[in-house]
Amino acid sequence: MDPESGVASAGAGGSFISLNEPEQRYYSGLHSLCQADASGTLSSSKVAELFKASQLPPESLHKVTELCGAKRLGYFGTPQFFVALKLLAAAQSGLPIHLESVTANLPLPRFVGLKNEPEMRYSAVPPSIDGQGAQCVSAPGSVCRTPADRSTFRHLEAKVEKKEPWSPPRSPSSSPPRSPLIYRGYPYTKKRNGADSQIAYESKHSSRPIVLLEQHSSPSNYGTKANAEHLAMARASSSERLDQQGAVDYSDDDPWRITEEQLEYYTNQFKTLQPDLGALILGTIAKNFFTKSKLPIPELSHIWELSDVDRDGALTFPEFCTAFHLIVARKNGYPLPESLPPTLRPGVMQQEEDIPDTPEDRSIIERLQPSLATTKQDLKEESCKQAVGMKRMTTSQEKRTLQLGAFPERPEAPQDLDPHMRTKTRPRSHSSTSFEDVMKKAEEPPTPPPRPQKTHSRASSLDLNKLFQQGAPGIKSGWFPPPPALPPRPLTSQVSHFINVSEKTPQNKVQQPNFADFSRFREEEESSVKSEEQGPRSRFGPSTEDLANASKQDGIGVCHSQAPQKPLRRKYHPENQNLETVPPPAMPFPTPTKPAHKLLSKQKREIQMAIRKNKETNAVLTRLNSELQQQLKVVHQERVTLESQLELLRPLAPT
Amino acid sequence: MAVCIAVIAKENYPLYIRSVPTQNELKFHYTVHTSLDVVEEKISAVGKSLGDQRELYLGLLYPTEDYKVYGYVTNSKVKFVIVVDSSNTSLRDNEIRSMFRKLHNSFTDVMCNPFHNPGDTIQSKAFDGIVSGMMVQTASYT
Repeated sequence: MDPESGVASAGAGGSFISLNEPEQRYYSGLHSLCQADASGTLSSSKVAELFKASQLPPESLHKVTELCGAKRLGYFGTPQFFVALKLLAAAQSGLPIHLESVTANLPLPRFVGLKNEPEMRYSAVPPSIDGQGAQCVSAPGSVCRTPADRSTFRHLEAKVEKKEPWSPPRSPSSSPPRSPLIYRGYPYTKKRNGADSQIAYESKHSSRPIVLLEQHSSPSNYGTKANAEHLAMARASSSERLDQQGAVDYSDDDPWRITEEQLEYYTNQFKTLQPDLGALILGTIAKNFFTKSKLPIPELSHIWELSDVDRDGALTFPEFCTAFHLIVARKNGYPLPESLPPTLRPGVMQQEEDIPDTPEDRSIIERLQPSLATTKQDLKEESCKQAVGMKRMTTSQEKRTLQLGAFPERPEAPQDLDPHMRTKTRPRSHSSTSFEDVMKKAEEPPTPPPRPQKTHSRASSLDLNKLFQQGAPGIKSGWFPPPPALPPRPLTSQVSHFINVSEKTPQNKVQQPNFADFSRFREEEESSVKSEEQGPRSRFGPSTEDLANASKQDGIGVCHSQAPQKPLRRKYHPENQNLETVPPPAMPFPTPTKPAHKLLSKQKREIQMAIRKNKETNAVLTRLNSELQQQLKVVHQERVTLESQLELLRPLAPT
Repeated sequence: MAVCIAVIAKENYPLYIRSVPTQNELKFHYTVHTSLDVVEEKISAVGKSLGDQRELYLGLLYPTEDYKVYGYVTNSKVKFVIVVDSSNTSLRDNEIRSMFRKLHNSFTDVMCNPFHNPGDTIQSKAFDGIVSGMMVQTASYT
């Protein structure tokens, strides 16, 4: 039935019913308050209590119940509950109780006489704690600041600890031995001492309040993933509320909060990828890195979407921590949230960075945001903006705000910080007519501010424009960022010839990747060689370790750290011909030879440069090869020694 | 409010199609497919002046008795097609443009995601959210 499905989807994602963030949190808090049982339905007595507390006349309550679909169903499911709450809010603000009023922007429904929710939740723990089972959680990421508050929960913890003597992190749904294994098995190249981290976690966790436990108590019987997401929301909501209640209240056991040692760990990992903590990790590097976590790609994709708040295709340090943290949480069984939990937002991240008192972190902070003197949230946002704004155009901010006004809701965009971020970060010139700008900005690598009106100027200094695209002017300026982006063009044209043949049949797409990958490989090498910052050779040192373990592509991915990532992708897109959607050759394919006579000399120059780059690439590769050979030798040595030992141990070998 | 939104790759295979589920989706798939011809025609028509900025918004591709089809093409030849119900109080051109702009933005967001391989179908939840926001809303409430 339509209302049902609609309402169901309203509940499920909150997208149709368009709950904004505080509403979502509040509602999920109330939802957990009502002690849902296994099937996700809410106890009607609790709901009735809640409704009575709203102080509405009983007939309107009946109407609400009827409208939200609970009457028809006979129970209050999550979507019904949310719709009901919205209707209550409408009724309280004087609007007629009707489904249309649900869409209006309403204040939160008021409930009188309702006990303070956190307390309710806490008090609800003991009876249901025994029903926890595998649902017990002690979040991997949370900070305990006030042990005093936790005294009441210690006995609970003790109970829980007895029941599940896990080493942290714990998983709400997975078996005990698995989660530590997963965590330990996280194959990072720079190994942090696994034991240390475990022990550190243990100590942290033991003193940690199991606030989440209580939160889980009511949702403890949820079986479904959708409910688990409400769980995350409930957690977020409770943490939010706690934040509102007290000052910066770190006593919340939010799994989405990053502890200090986690932060340190992330910092170390960040450094392995990118020594400068103020700089960005490019997308490919991050991709390779996070792929090692063995999470499925769609989830990683989702994590990326959540954590890359400025949408630049690269991760700043706080974004990296966020992503890392989400991955860790996911590996421990937490479902991914639909939107970024408030504690993981970069603004909050930086707040946390201020607080840790290790000098290392302090220096990190200083490097990150020199202006981050105070710890006010506004300043956070500002400094966030600054850090990002350094790289972004400011003029588009007005356009952006206009645009935001026009688009009231992005369902998953957190409201407070992201609009700011969005105002700065994605300077899309909507109000202007140049859609090229849109494309351009999309293609740009993280740092350079977008070039506003430099579109379609054939007089652009880079010949590559002419080379790779004999008539797609709009993309030209987008290629500006690195002069070293030159190399692949000739390759592109060569490749385009090759691929042109098989371009017709989509089936040949499959075959092409082989060819494509190789040329991509070559190209990547070139681009890495040509990169301007932090000479690729220095990177090769640590990268060879990776290469020893990982595939070659990984190493090349690492090489990418210098080369801007977007041009790179664009470069090898031409090779993955039919598979990509990025500018290069749409038109030149049919007529690759047409402009040749025009640009012959320039092409020659390009080719020569390409040759040079190829030579450099060769040099790099030979070095790589030699290093690998050395490693091979070492391995051989070991093998020989082992064999000899074996011989010794075998007293009378029956040869 | 769109009835069907589709994203088609350069090679004319769909990266993403979403229709209002109540109606026959196959019909929309056909519609989008046929609209591709019109898109090609429009692209090639403008292509005569190389170096000139080609308008990304293609406008109304063609109307039928039931609905209207609007097109938009990016510089990388990725096509967005929106099918709108004719009975709908006809949306202003501006609104359609803004819908395409939104689509384009979220599309670039998807592309920026390093875990997304260009050429794969779009599986981003954010993108889904945007598209859902643009689809006909009444189905959810009635």
